Amino acid sequence: MIVAEPKPIKELLEMVKDSNRILVVGCKGCVTVCNVGGAKEVAILASSIRISRKKLGREIEVGEHTLERQCDPEYVDELKDMIGDYDAVISIACGVGPQFLSERYPSSRIFPGVNTQFMGGAEEHGIWSERCAGCGTCVVHYFGGLCPIARCSKSLLNGPCGGSSNGKCEISKDVECVWDLIVRKMMEQDRLDELIEFKPPKSWITARDGGPRRMIREELVK
Amino acid sequence: MSEYKSGSNLEKVLRAGHFAFTGECGPPQGANVEHLKEKAGHLKGCVDAVNVTDNQTAVVRMSSWAASIILLQEGLEPNFQMVCRDRNRLAIQSDILGVYSLGIRNMLCLSGDHQKFGNHPEAKNVFDIDSMQLIYTVKTMRDEGKFLNGQDIDVPPKLFIGAASNPFAEPFDFRVYRLAKKISAGADFIQTQCIYNMDKFREFMKRAVDMGLHEKCYILAGITPMKSVGMALYMARQVPGMDVPDSLVKRLRGAGKGKAAEEGIKFVLEQIEEFKEMEGVAGVHLMAIEWEHKVPEIAERAGVLPRPTV
Repeated sequence: MIVAEPKPIKELLEMVKDSNRILVVGCKGCVTVCNVGGAKEVAILASSIRISRKKLGREIEVGEHTLERQCDPEYVDELKDMIGDYDAVISIACGVGPQFLSERYPSSRIFPGVNTQFMGGAEEHGIWSERCAGCGTCVVHYFGGLCPIARCSKSLLNGPCGGSSNGKCEISKDVECVWDLIVRKMMEQDRLDELIEFKPPKSWITARDGGPRRMIREELVK
Repeated sequence: MSEYKSGSNLEKVLRAGHFAFTGECGPPQGANVEHLKEKAGHLKGCVDAVNVTDNQTAVVRMSSWAASIILLQEGLEPNFQMVCRDRNRLAIQSDILGVYSLGIRNMLCLSGDHQKFGNHPEAKNVFDIDSMQLIYTVKTMRDEGKFLNGQDIDVPPKLFIGAASNPFAEPFDFRVYRLAKKISAGADFIQTQCIYNMDKFREFMKRAVDMGLHEKCYILAGITPMKSVGMALYMARQVPGMDVPDSLVKRLRGAGKGKAAEEGIKFVLEQIEEFKEMEGVAGVHLMAIEWEHKVPEIAERAGVLPRPTV
C-alpha cells in the first residue's frame, strides 16, 4: 500500500487560514488501511479544525466526505455537487488524491492533508516500512526476494557495503541492512554463487528517472 | 566603481560597457587533449570567454572542469558550464571550490538536458537542485561565504555567475518572468538559447527591457550559424525548445547548392548588427557547433575584432 502520515495540524491550519468553508475529503484506499486518511481520520481532522477556529472566535464550516478512491475519476465525480460550496478542500489521500481533485475541479483550491511516504507494508499494527521504490523492472528474485533498491540506503546491487554492522545499516542502528538479510537468505538457500556474480549497472529508464510514467493497457481501453 | 565580483575578463569587458563576444567549445568524447586544444585555438583572441559545455545533450565527454583548465593553460578564458543532472549538492559545491581554486572565474549554471536524449539513457539523473537553485548556491558561496547548509567557507569562490534563458520555449509569456527569477537568484549574465526567430526575440527583449532586467544583468544573445539546410531542418524538428522559422530554411535553400553555409553566416552577421543596436543586449554568444575554425572569420566580418583589453 501507499503509506502516508498526517501533516502537522499547525501546518494545515496555516494553509487554510483564510478559508471559512473547508471540505475535508478522505479516501477508502491505502490511506484508510494505514489509518491516516479514512472516514475516521476525516472526522478527527474536521473537529480539530472546528475546535481551533472556535478558540480564535472565528466562524467556520467544515464539511466531511470520504470517497471510495481518490485515484479514480469515477469516484472523484461524486464531489461535483458539493465542492463548489467550499473555498478550501483538504485531501487526506496520498499525493495522487489532491492532484486528481485539482484536475477534476480546476477552480477549487486543493490542499494536501498528509505527507505521502512510501510503498510498503505493515510490519505490525502501527509500524510500516518501505518495500518498493517503483523502479519499473522488478529484480527481487536475484536477491532472495528482497529489494536492495528500496531497502539499501545506497541502493547497491553489489552489496553489502563496508558500513554493514550487526545486521544494521551505517546510517542508523534503527535501519536494518537489507544486504545482511539478502546474504543470509541466499546462504540458507545455498545460492551464494549467484550473489558473487557481478551485477552490471541497472537501466533506470523504467524508473522515475526516465521521466513521468504512464501506462496504457490496450485491452482495457474502451 | 565598485569592486569586481570575480575579476574575470568577461566581467571586466561587460562592466566597461563593451559589446561582449563569447564563444563555445565542446570537450572531446575521449581524452584527446590535442583535438581540444586545436578547436579552442581557433577562438583565441576572437572571444572574451569560451563556454565549455558539460556533457551536453547528455553525451559523455571529458569533464567540463578539466577541459576548462586546459583552455586556461592555453591562454583562453573559460566559462565553465555545470549541469544539475549529474551531481548532487555536495559534488556541486565541491566542484565550485575546485574550479575556482584552479583559476576559473566564470560559471554558467544549467539544469541540463535529460539523459533520455543522450548516449546513456538508462542512467539515473540527480537533479538534487535545479538551475535556479544552482545560481543561488554559487551566489551564496561567493557573497555570503557560506555553503548551502549555512556553514562558513574558508576562502569563498569568486565566480561571475551566468545563466541561460530560452525565449522560445513555452509558455512564452512566462519566459521573461523566469529570466527575472534567475537574475534575482544571482545571475550576473545571461546567455540565451540560439536565436533564429528574430520577431519573437525582439518581443522578448522589449518585455525584458520594460521590466528593467537589462539594468540588473548582462544579456548576451545566443546565435549558431546554420551550416546547411539539413542542419536547419534538424534544429527545427529535433531539438527541443528551438524555433527555426520557415523563412530561414527557405533562405538557406534559396542560396543554392554549396552556398547554404555562407548564407547561414550572412544571417548571423545580420543578427549581430541588429544586436549591437538592440536595447538591453550586452553582447553575443556565438555557438559555432563543431565549426570553431569559422569563428575568426565570423568575428572579423562582424566587426568585433580586436577584442578589448580591460
